[in-house]
Amino acid sequence: MGECRVSAEGQPALIEITGLTKRFGSFTAVDDISFNVARGEVLGFLGPNGAGKSTTMRMLAGFMIPTAGAARICGHDVQGGGVAARRVLGFLPEGAPTYPEMTVTAFLSFCAKVRGYTGAELSRRVEHAVALTRLGSVLLQPVETLSKGFKRRVGLAQALLHDPPVLVLDEPTDGLDPNQKHEVRTLIAQMAPEKAIVISTHILEEVDAVCSRAIIIAAGRVVADATPAELQRRHPSGRLDDVFRQLTMEAA
Amino acid sequence: MRNVFIIAGRELAGYFATPVASVFIVIFLILQGALTFNLGGFFDRGQADLNPFFTFIPWVFLLLVPAITMRLWAEERRLGTIELLLTLPITQTQAVLGKFIAAWAFCAIALLLTFPFVITVNILGRPDNGVIASGYVGSLLVAGAFLSVGSALSALTKNQVIAFVLAVAVCFVFAVASYPVVTDFLSRNTPALAEVARRIAVIDRFQDFTRGVVSLRDLIFFATFIGFWLYLNAVIVEQRKAD
Repeated sequence: MGECRVSAEGQPALIEITGLTKRFGSFTAVDDISFNVARGEVLGFLGPNGAGKSTTMRMLAGFMIPTAGAARICGHDVQGGGVAARRVLGFLPEGAPTYPEMTVTAFLSFCAKVRGYTGAELSRRVEHAVALTRLGSVLLQPVETLSKGFKRRVGLAQALLHDPPVLVLDEPTDGLDPNQKHEVRTLIAQMAPEKAIVISTHILEEVDAVCSRAIIIAAGRVVADATPAELQRRHPSGRLDDVFRQLTMEAA
Repeated sequence: MRNVFIIAGRELAGYFATPVASVFIVIFLILQGALTFNLGGFFDRGQADLNPFFTFIPWVFLLLVPAITMRLWAEERRLGTIELLLTLPITQTQAVLGKFIAAWAFCAIALLLTFPFVITVNILGRPDNGVIASGYVGSLLVAGAFLSVGSALSALTKNQVIAFVLAVAVCFVFAVASYPVVTDFLSRNTPALAEVARRIAVIDRFQDFTRGVVSLRDLIFFATFIGFWLYLNAVIVEQRKAD
């Protein structure tokens, strides 16, 4: 685990994003976004489809090169110090991609090997991730034969394998049934005190359920950054749906 | 280096987890056998060597190697797994090398399975096995050269068909660069390029090996050729991974 910087509040800011911008030709997908996430925070990253959520997360994970700005994970620049940053990051990409022909065990073992584990430690890590995401019943099945919900959990297991201090999860509960959604939210809540977690979602009840803070983006810009309770007070109805609609429609 | 081999191991297991491996190896052996025995007149020549075998091998590779490389990066991009792979704590160079080494090892396995040719020719006569060995080294280097081209071009696109066609076309250019039809045309118009074409021709270099000549110049040529294309591969991945 890398050394972590300490922010003004005394809680270490494990994720620091400053002026992050991404342009595709003349189209600006992400426009000058800045925020920090400290240990213990679960940040809900909200916005309509196409608002720039996944683009921001890809830049945060070091996969996409920003047009301007920088992102740091535990103090490591994701571009300059890419490997060090990725070592302390657990990332679930959009759509939870996995190699279809591999079995769940083979896939998780591969990820664990790349993360430097060997022998008994490797098995222990894989078993632990499998237990957390309840994949025990499908270990020897090729990923392509699994249901959408299982595939998502394989992606999640991969992100949790190394118990990283920073988790970036792009739509972790998409495709799960209500029970599975509840399990994943419980899991996130359990891990929250020790980690900085960013989850993107467009399910607003999720924000209420697990997030300590929510950022709403629309057309690539941050339009709100507050606790769920504060956000709810911004609309007379007191419902997040209405707040979301009001904020994102204005920006569009 | 450890990461390179972990990635190569995963890739190589992937070939054998799908029908890719068996289809490729069977077609390769049938094609190579048919060409050697029929077109090459293996028995009629009455000579104890593998010249007919080595004459055809670059052309079989020209057709089949792009079938291996077309999926290397194009499929990762189509499935989105490239995002997973490149957000693991590895460098892009390690990913490029790992994939290349797996594909090359796979070609080496296919080549090893042509051992019945060597046995046959040794039963029928007394061939110069040194020449045969150097022919195999040359074949492996040609495969590596075509693989490096195909791998780089696969990173350009999400579409495997495009990756395949591009790789065949570019490999073909390098294969025939020293043929009179190319060099005559170039010498008439741009003589400087004709000289370049003669020097970069993969088939010419390969023919030295089939004559039993393993020269440092040819080895350096192949090392440079593969190194150049793999470097290009890493650059293309870096530039286009998220498109």
